[in-house]
Amino acid sequence: MGKGVVKKAFIDTIPVMTGYVVLGIGFGILLRTNGYGGLWALAMSVFIYAGSMQYAGISLMASSASFITVALTTLMVNCRHFFYGISMIDKYKDAGKKKPYLIFALTDETYSLVCKDIDGVDEKDLKKYYLLVSAFDQVYWVTGSLIGSLLGAIIPFSTEGIDFSLTALFITVFTDQWLHTKNHFAAISGLIATVLMRLIFGADNFLIPSMVLIAVTLIMGRKFAGSEVEK
Amino acid sequence: MSRAHAMISVAIMALVTIMIRFLPFVIFGKKQNTPKIITYLGKVLPHAIMAMLVVYCLKNISFASVGGFLPELIAGAATAGLYVWKKNTLLSIGLGTVIYMLLVQLVF
Repeated sequence: MGKGVVKKAFIDTIPVMTGYVVLGIGFGILLRTNGYGGLWALAMSVFIYAGSMQYAGISLMASSASFITVALTTLMVNCRHFFYGISMIDKYKDAGKKKPYLIFALTDETYSLVCKDIDGVDEKDLKKYYLLVSAFDQVYWVTGSLIGSLLGAIIPFSTEGIDFSLTALFITVFTDQWLHTKNHFAAISGLIATVLMRLIFGADNFLIPSMVLIAVTLIMGRKFAGSEVEK
Repeated sequence: MSRAHAMISVAIMALVTIMIRFLPFVIFGKKQNTPKIITYLGKVLPHAIMAMLVVYCLKNISFASVGGFLPELIAGAATAGLYVWKKNTLLSIGLGTVIYMLLVQLVF
């Protein structure tokens, strides 16, 4: 294992660092506003480690939601992670001792970095690379949460709009995947299905229908995905 | 809410999230040969899911006013365009984000 892998993992995760530190700070501030301090921020970012769920969790905790509500909300907000797992089964197959953490730490952003073909990393260093990317990302998230919880009130400039960095991250990964494949059946299916479901179900409830429609479309339309399967 | 109630809520959120993340590996990971359909989905899902995440991030845009979608459109196009041109992830995300921040803070 050379320094090269560490350096590459660090450079590749810099976009996530920006987004996670900022969103983490937002989370920490909001949590403190609701009466839960630094230890809570630390515990949630270490053990739950799922950004949008942690935001949702604050309102659940603040409203004394029932445990059933907490469990069901978590299930609905996070069930997209089941999809990430499905597409990482082969890549994480022989990861040995690293595997449990790799699976635990598979967030949207980490997934966007590990789901694509990794250039410039030796086959033997690949699992190490996955581990470093996963761990770096969680360190950024935990650090952001703590900064927000402890120092949130004294940030001197307006960070409005900085959360676009995560949108931009997904856009570049999407563009990169698009440029690397000739067959765009999957990308276009995903786009159309999600836009359609957003229009039908509204901004708060469209993720689950989108995932169902995507899965059905991809499985039914297998023959259209031809060259992508070869890749 | 009592601290105990909040603590149990955090534990539930953590456990359910962990369960969701491990479930695919528990169901499909043990087999010697991954079922064909799963291998297929593993290859095509990243493309479809990245599209889904982009739409998810832009879920709150509205066409009722110019400020409701133009910042996202301009910054998003800049991010993708820069990437096609320079193939540099950091440059695309950095510039795209700065453009977006300037637009929402100063223009719209």
